[in-house]
Amino acid sequence: MAEERRFRSASGAPIALRRRQHSASCRELAVRGPRLQLRSLSAATSAVWLAAYGLFALSENSMVLSAAIFITLIGLIIYLHFVKIDQESLLVIGSLGIQVTSSYASGKESTTFIEMGQVKDVVINEAIHMQKVIYYLCILLQDPDDPQGVSEVVPLFQSSKPRLDCLIEVYKSCQEILGQRKTAPQSS
Amino acid sequence: MVLKVFFPSCCSSADSGILIGRWISEQNSAVILAVVHFPFIPVQVKQYLGEVQRVTKVSVSVLGSWSNSKQEKEESLSEFLEDLGTIFCHEPWIQISKEGDSKFWSCSTLQKHSKNPQEEEIILVYYDQHKVMLSHLHPPLDTAGQRAEDASKLSAIFDTVARSRVLFMTDRYDEGPIKLTHWQSDGVEASIIVELMKQASVPACMLLTFLLSLLSGICRSRVLKFWPLSFLWSKLSTCEQLGHRLQHLQIISSNKKAQNQNQLMRKANIFVSLLIDVALGILLMSWLYRKNRIGHLADTLIPVADHVAEELQDLLQWLMGAPAGLKMNRALDQVLGRFFLYHIHLWISYIHLLSPFIEMILWYVGLSACLGLTVALCILSDIIALLTFHIYCFYVYGARLYCLKIYGLSSLWRLFRGKKWNVLRQRVDSCSYDLDQLFIGTLLFTILLFLLPTTALYYLVFTLLRLLVVIVQGLIHLLVDMIDSLPLYSLILRLCRSYRLAAGVKFRVLEQQDGKPLRLLMQINPLSYGGVVQTYRLPTYSCYPRDSWASLCKKLFLGELIYPWKHKGEKQN
Repeated sequence: MAEERRFRSASGAPIALRRRQHSASCRELAVRGPRLQLRSLSAATSAVWLAAYGLFALSENSMVLSAAIFITLIGLIIYLHFVKIDQESLLVIGSLGIQVTSSYASGKESTTFIEMGQVKDVVINEAIHMQKVIYYLCILLQDPDDPQGVSEVVPLFQSSKPRLDCLIEVYKSCQEILGQRKTAPQSS
Repeated sequence: MVLKVFFPSCCSSADSGILIGRWISEQNSAVILAVVHFPFIPVQVKQYLGEVQRVTKVSVSVLGSWSNSKQEKEESLSEFLEDLGTIFCHEPWIQISKEGDSKFWSCSTLQKHSKNPQEEEIILVYYDQHKVMLSHLHPPLDTAGQRAEDASKLSAIFDTVARSRVLFMTDRYDEGPIKLTHWQSDGVEASIIVELMKQASVPACMLLTFLLSLLSGICRSRVLKFWPLSFLWSKLSTCEQLGHRLQHLQIISSNKKAQNQNQLMRKANIFVSLLIDVALGILLMSWLYRKNRIGHLADTLIPVADHVAEELQDLLQWLMGAPAGLKMNRALDQVLGRFFLYHIHLWISYIHLLSPFIEMILWYVGLSACLGLTVALCILSDIIALLTFHIYCFYVYGARLYCLKIYGLSSLWRLFRGKKWNVLRQRVDSCSYDLDQLFIGTLLFTILLFLLPTTALYYLVFTLLRLLVVIVQGLIHLLVDMIDSLPLYSLILRLCRSYRLAAGVKFRVLEQQDGKPLRLLMQINPLSYGGVVQTYRLPTYSCYPRDSWASLCKKLFLGELIYPWKHKGEKQN
């Protein structure tokens, strides 16, 4: 079953959280950010071409115009493929692990899978960013040498930056599944 | 506890039978390797599994039953399959059944001696057997060796499939008592080209080893070790590069088989890198010798050298006048200027002496570009070094003079203040000087101080020229290093067969149906290109600027000679 709710990100942009429960121990939580707007794209393209036309009028060299077109195309491709993240999702499979996926606007998906044995806990942390205090959700990885220690902190939802209310929903869903591994009897 | 069943996607359409694989009890997961079909004799199956276990050291056993009924579910078959559970006793006995063409299978376990009778959840994970078998898992770089056993549960699964290669060698055309279904059961795959290359490589390696031993014998002979020649070899970067390539050839032509994945990839990388290098070198050579471009190059070399010398003469005339409006000490200025002008005059005479032979020398030296593009670039760097040898000489003279002056000034400054450098204690101590010592010292100090701007200016100008040449040579060496150390075979493998270099796995949730187990698809997450380059980089012989910026500036200020690009193995001075 799937449900979708609207929230706001730390900078005020509207985001949507979609929760799906695939089975008793498997949940998927996806945060979708705002899509690329046509007006910001047209504004950027027009600005670049106006500047190029101005340079052409000054220097009478037509290479400037072709260079501007080339730069715009390459810049757009790089932005869509490497920078603009459309959706960030978290797939929690009890007893297997946690999978973090970022989908870019060009369709590329970059995935990381963390095994359950390495996950110590999922917590909400505070961070001071410039003049603001923001909350972020992160996965704490177990240090193999020290049972109480934390070897690494993996922050989640870094590009959509949801606010605390959205993070609490995600946190509760994750903890339900993580709590199951403590209550399940260990096999010898 | 949740039971995880790893099922190969190639067995989805197999006929009914029993499942064989490995049971990993610590993780409560079953890795299914193949399906054994009816009819079979249980004793023969157990014998076969025992043999496989002995060869592969993987504890393969019968894990459960698989029923693929094209028509309605048969009751008698399900009872028969349950009875099989008593023959091949395995705890827990997994029963998977597929009806018709349905995607949703039903999966159940039979536990006879279970402590907790509750129904446990089952997760069905599909995996591509061929890809998982060939894949090599790369753990993150910060895990140490001893943590590898308990770190990754997934590596146990990859390991199991990879080591069971012998199980996949029998296909359905073999006449044997056991009929299996796995990824190769439709026919064992092999490539004629690979087999031919394997056969041809043995005599080729032996020939190469013989030639290399001859070559290294010649290189090590006493004739080449006499002082002027050995000094020359150590200074020319072409010889370093040739020695490096010789080492690479020795690695490839050794007859020891590669022990593990890393060594195999290293050999393959060196081989492909050498091949591409030689191909690019031959391309360059054919371009140079077509339309006699090398003749044109030789013709322009002398005028370029003359032009550089003329520019230097103009520069010195400018320094001897009033450079940038600064007032120099006339006498010292004239002495230094005339000294350097005479050097340039000598240099131009030598170049003109050599000019009839330049074309022939260049023609023969250009032939050595067929040894590789890196060798051609090193030759270019050496030619630049030889042509700008006079700039190097001027830099050394200017630096030594400036260095002497700075040390003299600092020592006399201490005398001026009544202090002395204590060599024994390595510190500055106060000292009472005689009057005549003080008088001479102060006089010398004043002379050196007022002559400082002239020497400093000459030093500055020649150091800048030298740094320019060093930067150009450094860029060429950077390019050579990049070509040397780039793991081309690994990059091509990542491009074409990305499942062979795995950074991890990724799971995709397939369509679900209530009441049926959770269905996941396990795919291989390939290593990023940056990760590939970092893991499989070939080691090179040079180390990058060994001085930090701070120590470089300090050396420049004091007038010590700088050699920013150093090779490993050279003595540190």
